[in-house]
Amino acid sequence: MSAKRRLEGGFDIWIWIRRAAAHLVLMAGGVIMLFPFYWMLSTSLKTQAEAQALPPTLWPTSMQWGNFAEVFATVPMARYLLNSFLIAVLVTIGTLVTSSLAAHAFARIEFPGRNVIFGVFLATMMIPFEVILIPDFILMHRLGWYNTYAALIIPWCSSAFAIFLLRQTFMTIPFELFEASLLDGCSHLRYLVSVALPLAVPALVTVGIVSFLGSWNSLLWPLVVTDIPELRPVQVGLAYFSTEAGTKYHLAAAAATVSILPIVLLYLVAQRQFVEGIARTGLKT
Amino acid sequence: MLIVAFHFAPVFYALFISLHKWSLIPERFVGLSNYVAVLRDEGFHQSLGVTIWYVLGTVPFAIGISLVLALMLFQPLAGRGIYRTIYFLPYVTSVVAAAVVWTWIYNPRYGVLNYVLTRLGLCDPQSPPQWLLEPRGVFELALSNFGVQPPAWAAGPSLALVAVTIMAVWNAIGFNMIVFLAGLGSIPKELQEAARIDGADEWKVFWHVTFPLLSPTTFFLFIVSTIRAFQAFNQIYVMTRGGPMGTTRTVTMYIFSRFYESHEVGYGAAVAIVLFLIILGFTLLQFRFASGRVVYQ
Repeated sequence: MSAKRRLEGGFDIWIWIRRAAAHLVLMAGGVIMLFPFYWMLSTSLKTQAEAQALPPTLWPTSMQWGNFAEVFATVPMARYLLNSFLIAVLVTIGTLVTSSLAAHAFARIEFPGRNVIFGVFLATMMIPFEVILIPDFILMHRLGWYNTYAALIIPWCSSAFAIFLLRQTFMTIPFELFEASLLDGCSHLRYLVSVALPLAVPALVTVGIVSFLGSWNSLLWPLVVTDIPELRPVQVGLAYFSTEAGTKYHLAAAAATVSILPIVLLYLVAQRQFVEGIARTGLKT
Repeated sequence: MLIVAFHFAPVFYALFISLHKWSLIPERFVGLSNYVAVLRDEGFHQSLGVTIWYVLGTVPFAIGISLVLALMLFQPLAGRGIYRTIYFLPYVTSVVAAAVVWTWIYNPRYGVLNYVLTRLGLCDPQSPPQWLLEPRGVFELALSNFGVQPPAWAAGPSLALVAVTIMAVWNAIGFNMIVFLAGLGSIPKELQEAARIDGADEWKVFWHVTFPLLSPTTFFLFIVSTIRAFQAFNQIYVMTRGGPMGTTRTVTMYIFSRFYESHEVGYGAAVAIVLFLIILGFTLLQFRFASGRVVYQ
């Protein structure tokens, strides 16, 4: 048996063949996964004629960096990116603050109806966004928040998933530590900031990444609650631009490249945090 | 407070709205008549059919492919960090940008996909596949090669919907794979080693040890992916806007068009509630199916 031989430390040709096959499949798959990105970059640097040429060229014969300048000149791309960045950062900070406070309350403070309220919060995770889309839209109108940053940011500064994840993490911190801190005259807030949060960094990273990505990539909500270009986040801007650009695919590709660049750079720098953070969303806590 | 204000209370408000004739302003209470209209609405039936094809097309494939990838990447391969980075990339980047590029790849005249297929001799250059512009069902197209015209109910999802589905699978693989890798990592190695020492081959180890122990992860992914697939919007909004002939109009897309484009607020809310009940039903079905099949350590 191959397994026995491997345990004895012998060389096993089957393992070698299996690994080679795995490499082959993974490489072929990797090419498919990467191709759209490569094609976007390549198209973004072609002239319109070359972008539509048959047979297509794999790489532009001459680099048209001007395409990017043209995109920035046609639509306020910089403004879109800034909007998205501002919204995503504030949503992330807001979510971290509200969910830490709520999670602490659910984990360590006894108050009447605690379990009922927690159950209600968990139930909101089951509700599809479509159901609350229309009432929230009307609510925004009633609050006078239509076409404001408030509408884009404030409703998303809370997340039942974040509260759940952080509560589970806070529960794992020994109760004695909490009692000792209170005896030493620590306030709840002080305990949270200097004891609980430093122990919950991985969960905070997960919440941060999920909120940031969710906010950066959202389309339907900003599409519905804003209709002026100044407020558009980059996804909405790109969706409109790609429609307006029509057959000018070299420009649409350039805009798409610009829109994903910040996230891709962030991902390449903080890969480990991204991958482990997302993996944690799937683990039973 | 925020949760209650923006995520919980709105559910009741949605119920309230759905019971009214409500266009730009609330007009009058109409009881359940919006719901009766939804159940009779051909447009809704079509969008529900589209959504179910979409769910069936994305969820099993995305989970199956990513399980195979995760199993391969779980071995001590050289360069597996690089593979992981690559496969996860589509999940990180925005669906909107990816959809823009895929639209271009699928373009029937200038798209690189048809060019490659033509060169490989897989499609007729005189009438290349129209991908996102093709409203005819894939079974209908396949059978028409043999001169057979199937009945309308057997036409299958439109080629446009299949094209959107392929893009969605591409997009979802990274997330599933990462979650599977985490699940594989949490299985105690001793169990697999013990099976090997008892003489089980790799396939038996996978089928009798690894796969059952992985079942909570698989179940989690099925639940999450199904819910996500039922809510598909972004890539469809960018790639087809629900066309051609409504064959890619998912329920969410339909809600969007009734509520936002036609200002039928009450009606849109009723469709949303019906969608919620359908998702809930599917989720409960999955739980039912899983009970006894999912093994917890």
